[in-house]
Amino acid sequence: MLEEVSAVDQGDMIINIGPQHPSTHGVLQLVVTLNGETIKKVEPHLGFIHRSIEKMCESLTYRQFIYVTSRMDYLSSHINNHGCALCVEKGMQIEIPDRAKVIRVLMDELTRIASHELWWGAMAMDLGAFTPFFLSFRERETITDIMEDTCGARLTMNYIVPGGVMAELHPDFQKKVKAFIKLFREKADQYNELVTGNIIFQSRMKNVGVLSKEDAISYGCTGPTARGSGVNCDIRKLYPYEIYDQLKFDEVIETGCDSFSRYLVRVKEMYQSISIIEQLIDNIPEGDFQAKTKAVLKLPKGEFYTRVETARGELGVYIVSEGATTPYRIKFRSPGFSNLSALNHMAKGGKIGDLVAMMGTLDLVIPDIDR
Amino acid sequence: MTNEELKIKLTELLPSATFEEGGEWVNLSVAPAEWKPFAQQLRSVDGLAFDFLFCVTCVDWKTHLTIVYHLTSTIHRHSIVVKSKLDRAKAEIETVCDIWRTAEFHEREQAELFGVNFLNHPDLRKLILTDDFEGFPLRKDFEDPINMIKL
Repeated sequence: MLEEVSAVDQGDMIINIGPQHPSTHGVLQLVVTLNGETIKKVEPHLGFIHRSIEKMCESLTYRQFIYVTSRMDYLSSHINNHGCALCVEKGMQIEIPDRAKVIRVLMDELTRIASHELWWGAMAMDLGAFTPFFLSFRERETITDIMEDTCGARLTMNYIVPGGVMAELHPDFQKKVKAFIKLFREKADQYNELVTGNIIFQSRMKNVGVLSKEDAISYGCTGPTARGSGVNCDIRKLYPYEIYDQLKFDEVIETGCDSFSRYLVRVKEMYQSISIIEQLIDNIPEGDFQAKTKAVLKLPKGEFYTRVETARGELGVYIVSEGATTPYRIKFRSPGFSNLSALNHMAKGGKIGDLVAMMGTLDLVIPDIDR
Repeated sequence: MTNEELKIKLTELLPSATFEEGGEWVNLSVAPAEWKPFAQQLRSVDGLAFDFLFCVTCVDWKTHLTIVYHLTSTIHRHSIVVKSKLDRAKAEIETVCDIWRTAEFHEREQAELFGVNFLNHPDLRKLILTDDFEGFPLRKDFEDPINMIKL
């Protein structure tokens, strides 16, 4: 069942992809063993941007450590903050106002769309189509503008904090989000037709990087990567947090198990997220955006685990507390790390030219893997 | 299965396991030597079917290390937390990466950060740190004179 280590036969070629390779989307090094064009083994080498966030958090208070977590999966920074805030709230049993819950969900879903749009453009670019990259970045810009108005930042938001959210929504928030929904509805089908229906694109994705349902579970894959293999693993459905249990949306599942299925899951998820935003944007309850909390947070002695669904999969936050103002130990179970472990299995026996398509549909964000 | 049913079932399988109260999931401790055969049972016994290992982590308690496995079943939707106490000077436990393949990466990470030796692991090289890195950075007594952040 397990691969033999360093089984290099005569005539095999070992090449390095990365860490400075555009298609790894960051500093990831893959050492690929090839026989002709066929991949025999892919060995990821990580750690080029390892900052030991877990160790850093041990000396930061429960209010401070949120800011570090935005730097993990920078494309879903809201959702990272959300996971951490939920864990602290669970430990301290803070009940947050309804308004904060709705704002959090709205921000999460906007982030998810922004992240998937960036992925969509980069994915098409990896496979040789350049235009989608510009199109998706133009649309994503609208979301980053909305974020900038309210959070003051475009990438590392630090907006969701224990007790609620950091600040009141910008007065133009609803107007701008509605304009974005309109824009998205107009453009999404058009873009979908441009790329998804493209026969060259499809033939490069179908039956590439096959990952069966059993393997997806065994490798600990979550998020769109696992849902493309028919695993239902959407945390928003299975273990609803905030108000997800009151919302109408579908968990997108494809059973093709290949790169194209994973692609379809992400594209369809954007439509689900838009529908969630449509349900909420006119129904933001009035009230406080933050619960009243003490200035210094202290978690009781114990262990707390929460999970949230980021754009890449399940993010787990595990805090071991000794009753102090800082966590004794904190562990982030990042989705990218587990998803990457399946790459060797997916790529084995495939062609080197397809490796980029497989990596693209795993939607790797390197800081999320390295932490 | 509910937590109570799980507890009864798990006690049947491994009478020496000790349970911790509190928390949302069943929380049990096993001896390192008992972990591997117990893990195989957790995966294969009908009604348990823990097929998804979603988190492997380690905690340094200064006197000993505790390795923590979070398991869930995608069929029955129940979860448990299994802990094992390891000696700090000679931290050793059997690998489970032939049962849950995600463990291969997670164990490599914990091995280099905490200095846990996973016996029979196929490839226990450093994954995140550089090959010549010395010390185990997530242990509490680790000191780095240059990069350490202390507040």
